[in-house]
Amino acid sequence: MAERVDFWATLTDPLIRQNPVTLQILGICSALAVTTSLATALTMSVSLTVVLTLSAVIISLIRRHIPESIRLIVQIIIVASLVIVIDQILQAYFAEISRSLSIYVSLITTNCLVLGRTEAYARHHTPLPAAVDAIGNGLGYSMILLLIGGIRELFGRGALFGWPVMPLADAGGWFTPLGLMLLAPSAFFLLGGLVWAIRSLWPDKTEAPEHTPLPRTRPAE
Amino acid sequence: MADPDWNPWRRLLALPNESRTKTILVAFMVASVCALLVSGATVLLRPIQDANRAAEEQIRIETLVSGIPGMADLLAQAGGTLSTAVIDLATGQATTAVTPDTLAAALADTSNWTALSSDADIAGLGRRPNFAQVFLLRDGADISLVLLPISGMGYGGRIDAFIALRSDMNTIAGITVTSHSETPGLGGRIEEAAWQAGFPGTELRDTAGDLRFAVARAQASSPYEVDGITGATRTGLGVTGMVRFWLGPDGYGPLIQAIERGEF
Repeated sequence: MAERVDFWATLTDPLIRQNPVTLQILGICSALAVTTSLATALTMSVSLTVVLTLSAVIISLIRRHIPESIRLIVQIIIVASLVIVIDQILQAYFAEISRSLSIYVSLITTNCLVLGRTEAYARHHTPLPAAVDAIGNGLGYSMILLLIGGIRELFGRGALFGWPVMPLADAGGWFTPLGLMLLAPSAFFLLGGLVWAIRSLWPDKTEAPEHTPLPRTRPAE
Repeated sequence: MADPDWNPWRRLLALPNESRTKTILVAFMVASVCALLVSGATVLLRPIQDANRAAEEQIRIETLVSGIPGMADLLAQAGGTLSTAVIDLATGQATTAVTPDTLAAALADTSNWTALSSDADIAGLGRRPNFAQVFLLRDGADISLVLLPISGMGYGGRIDAFIALRSDMNTIAGITVTSHSETPGLGGRIEEAAWQAGFPGTELRDTAGDLRFAVARAQASSPYEVDGITGATRTGLGVTGMVRFWLGPDGYGPLIQAIERGEF
């Protein structure tokens, strides 16, 4: 394969320009569930990036020998096994965080981001570019998760990583926590706001409208 | 024309990807490698996970005891630790054959388990161990608190908990859930302190001695009930079943009678 890969572009593209969460809207389910605090968001980000990178490398290594007819199953089995291993490691060494993530680590298996990258990229590239692409996408996902997790924890609990940042009103301070921030809908609002902000700053990200409204006509009498 | 390759591995790799043999063999190999990976990780990490779980259980027990009014002082008097004993469930007496350290090994032996008939098995367990480790808090010679490990099937799987009984053996002093796999946000709320706060003061038996304890469908309406969780009826039924089973004749019934007779 003589094709030259621009590693820097592969790595940085998914950060903003092709961000998997805000542009491709992948992996939203877990992004909503685990961003109530920075610690869980960070653990989830690291787990996802590790799973994504390892599975991209493995699938890229065996890409020439995956029969077309069972390729999705082969990919899912590899991803699922890696997820189970990561979950076991978390349970053994980060018991507290593993409890707060509950089932969402195992749900990395069904995160469309992982399958999307292995199917769209790792299957057609050598291991090194596949790994770089996976890390880039993992970082893009992590960035959004940490951003939303940070905002939700800051305004929902007045803390960051569990450390008080703004003194709470019931402890004699001035900040009344926004309970809404700890509920799932707030992640939707924040994510929506983020998508809007990115598409306003970079208008080329805006999708062409799928339907054009019909020209206004007079209602039939 | 090249000689046919003698190496079966290379011959396999050289097969077209669409060939049936290769499809089956690739599927088989991927599955075996993944199975090896998963079972390896599970087996290697189990001791650490068990240690974590034991430490977690200890913390839950300590928070349970210190959360019960008046018990923190007694605990401090007793030197900060609860006394413990392994009970033979059939007789309700402490046994010397099994110690807390050898309990896990004894329970690995199926002869130390009793199968339950389907009408006795209200906790959905199928069988129960013959021995259990209970914790006691004494005030002088009198027992002021008993902590009993209980378990039963909830909606998503087994629920493990400790229930604390006051000295009358009829009033619940508290409960703590040590492990469960209920739906997060619904049945999973049984691990929240807000729900567990409904247990202290709840009574188990009526004056006739019948077990009346239940998790209510909604709000508790009698001294024998605790509030249910909306959307988690099966979890509530599971908790009702496990409390009734373990405090009934097949569970700690003999032990409770022995304590009431003052034999303990």
